[in-house]
Amino acid sequence: MSVLVNKDTRLIVQGFTGAQGTFHATQSINYGTNVVGGVTPGKGGSKHLDRPVFDTVAGAVRETGANATVIFVPPPFAGDAIMEAAEAGIKLIVAITEGIPVRDMIAASQFLQGRDCLLIGPNCPGIITPGECRIGIMPGHIHLKGHVGVVSRSGTLTYEAVGQLTSLGIGQSTCIGIGGDPIIGTTHIDAIKLFNEDHETHAIVIIGEIGGKNEEIAAAYVKEHVKKPVVGFIAGQTAPPGRRMGHAGAIIAGGSGKASDKMAAMEAAGITVCSTPADIGQKVKERLSN
Amino acid sequence: MKIHEYQGKAVLARFGVPVPKGKTAFTVPEAEAAAKELGGFVVVKAQIHAGGRGKGGGVKVCKTVDDAVEASRKILGMQLITHQTGPQGQKVRRLLVEEALPIEKEMYLGITLDRASGKNVFMASSEGGMEIEEVAHHSPEKILKETIEPGVGLQPFQARNLAFGIGVPAASVNGAVKAMIALAKAYDEIDASLAEINPFILLKDGRVMALDAKLNLDDNALYRHPEFTDLRDLDEEDPLEVEASKFSLNYIKLDGNIACMVNGAGLAMATMDIIKYAGGEPANFLDVGGGANEEQIKNAFRILLSDSAVKAVLINIFGGILRCDVLAAGVVNAARELGIKLPVVIRMEGTNVEEGKRIIRESGFNFQVAEGMKDAAEKVVRAAR
Repeated sequence: MSVLVNKDTRLIVQGFTGAQGTFHATQSINYGTNVVGGVTPGKGGSKHLDRPVFDTVAGAVRETGANATVIFVPPPFAGDAIMEAAEAGIKLIVAITEGIPVRDMIAASQFLQGRDCLLIGPNCPGIITPGECRIGIMPGHIHLKGHVGVVSRSGTLTYEAVGQLTSLGIGQSTCIGIGGDPIIGTTHIDAIKLFNEDHETHAIVIIGEIGGKNEEIAAAYVKEHVKKPVVGFIAGQTAPPGRRMGHAGAIIAGGSGKASDKMAAMEAAGITVCSTPADIGQKVKERLSN
Repeated sequence: MKIHEYQGKAVLARFGVPVPKGKTAFTVPEAEAAAKELGGFVVVKAQIHAGGRGKGGGVKVCKTVDDAVEASRKILGMQLITHQTGPQGQKVRRLLVEEALPIEKEMYLGITLDRASGKNVFMASSEGGMEIEEVAHHSPEKILKETIEPGVGLQPFQARNLAFGIGVPAASVNGAVKAMIALAKAYDEIDASLAEINPFILLKDGRVMALDAKLNLDDNALYRHPEFTDLRDLDEEDPLEVEASKFSLNYIKLDGNIACMVNGAGLAMATMDIIKYAGGEPANFLDVGGGANEEQIKNAFRILLSDSAVKAVLINIFGGILRCDVLAAGVVNAARELGIKLPVVIRMEGTNVEEGKRIIRESGFNFQVAEGMKDAAEKVVRAAR
C-alpha cells in the first residue's frame, strides 16, 4: 500500500514534448511508471517517446483513461494547465513548474474548489511510491520500497532525507514533495492525514522550512490524531528575517514563520525534531525500534 | 521587487488612490524648485527602500523654501540608518518633496496574501504611523481584516466595515471606501505581493490620503508589466546579489566567513543551519538550482569569492540524477580558471559519485571530500579557523 499513486496510476505529461517534459517522462518510464501519453497544444496526433500526444487534456483523458498528470509547462501558462487538468477530470495534478505568479495560483486554487481532484505543488519535486510510480523530477534510484511516509516542501532536502533512510535500509511507502510556493495544493496536514490512514505507512517524516504556518497546523493535527512515530526537521534556523530564501514561500515576515516557532510546535506535539538535517535517518531508525 | 515611495504613489494615483501633491528631486536645486512650486510648506522625504526613515532623520517638515533647501542638503547623500538598513545604513540619492498637510488622524491600510486561505486579505488599523508588526504583537484586536474574494474584489460593504471600524468619521467614510477599493484594484492589477499605506491619513478638512506607500511587486509576474522594469533601483540592492541574479543564482549575503554553494533552496538553508550547528557562521545563502552546470558553478564561485570575509567554501550538491563526475569536473575547471586558493570542502551525492570523488582528490587543489553533511560541516568549520 501507499498513498495517492501506485502501479495502477495512469499518468499523462503536460508539456510533454519540451526539454524538461521529455527528460523526466523518460526517467519515469524507465522507472516503470505507466505513462500513457502527453499533451502539447498543436502537436496532437503525433507520437513522442512511443506514446500519443494530444492537443488538450480532455482529449488525452478520453483516449487514454489518464487519472494523473504532471505539469512541466512554463510559468506563464502553468496556472491555465492546472485548471485544464481539473476540468478534464484528472484526479491527481502534480505541478512541477517554479515561478508561477501568485495571482494565477489564487485563480487556479479557486477553480479547484469543490472539484474532485488533488493538486500537489507547484514548485515541487513531485510524488513517488518506490518501485511503482514516479511522478516528477526526483532521482528514482535513491528510493527504497518500505513503510516510512515522507512529506516535504523542498526537493533536494527531501532527497537528502530519503538517501539517509535508504542507506539505513529503511524504505518509504510514498514521498510527497508539496512545494516551496506560498500557495500550494496539498499541504503538510493533507499528506499527514493520508499517511496516518495508510496501514502500510508505519512512521512519518515531516520536512518543513521557514515561512507560513503550515508546519504548526500540521503539528497540532499530529498531537490530536497521529499515533505513528513522527520525525521532523525545519530548514532555515539561520535564515535572516525579511529575506526570501530561494523558495517564494520561504520568508520570515512580520515575525511570523520562524524555524524556532515551528520546531517548538512540533516538539509540543510529540514529534522528534532533528536539530540538523544529518540526523533525520538516524532519528527515524530510533523511533521505529522503540 | 521593491519600489520607492514616490513610484508607488504614482502607481496608486493612477488607480484613484488620493496622494499628496509632490515632486521627485535628485539634486538640491531640483528640491528647491519643487518646494517653491508647492508653496514652501513642504515635507522632504528620503527615498530608500527601507522603512523607519523618519526616526533615522530622513524625513523633515519644512516651513519655508529655505528650510527645504537646508533639509535637502542634509538628507541627499546621507547614509540613512534605520532598523531595516543594518548598521551601515543606505545612501540617499533621491528625495520626494511633498505638500505638508494638516493631519487630523493617522491610520493604517495594508494588503497581503493569506497563505492559509489562498486569498488576499485587506487589513486596516486605527493605529497608524506605528510598525504594524508591533500592533499585531501587542494589540492584535486593533487590526481589522476583510478577505478579498478572487474575481470579485473588495466590496463597498467590506470597505465600510473597515472604515467605520478604524474610526473614520461618517462624513469621510465614502472617501475612505473609494480609496480602499482603488487600493485593492491596484494591488490586483499590478500583481503586487504587498501594499502598505502607513499612515493613511484623515485631514482636518475631512479628506483622506495615502501619506506613505510601500508596494512590493511579485517578481514572477513582472513579465506582464514591462512598464515596471524601469522602477528597479539597483543602488538599493546588494551588488553581489544583483550579479548573482544575472545568472539565475539565488544568492543572499550573510555575515559569516564560510561560503556555501548548494543545489536547492531547502538544502541550502539546511546547509547554513548545519554550519552554524558545527560552530561556524555561514557567509551566504546560495542556491545554484536543482540542476547546476559547470557555467553556473563557475559564476557561483566567482560571486562567493568576491566576499572578502570568506575563509572557506562548502559545496553541497545532492545530485541524484546529476552525474557527480560532470559536477566534479566543473568544480575543478572553475577552480583552475579562477585560481582558487581557499580551502574547499565538497560533499556530493548522485550517479558516478566515486568517479567524482577521484577527480576532486586528484585535482591538485586544496579540496577535501566529505562523507555526508555532518562531516562536511565539521571539515569546513575546521578549515575556516
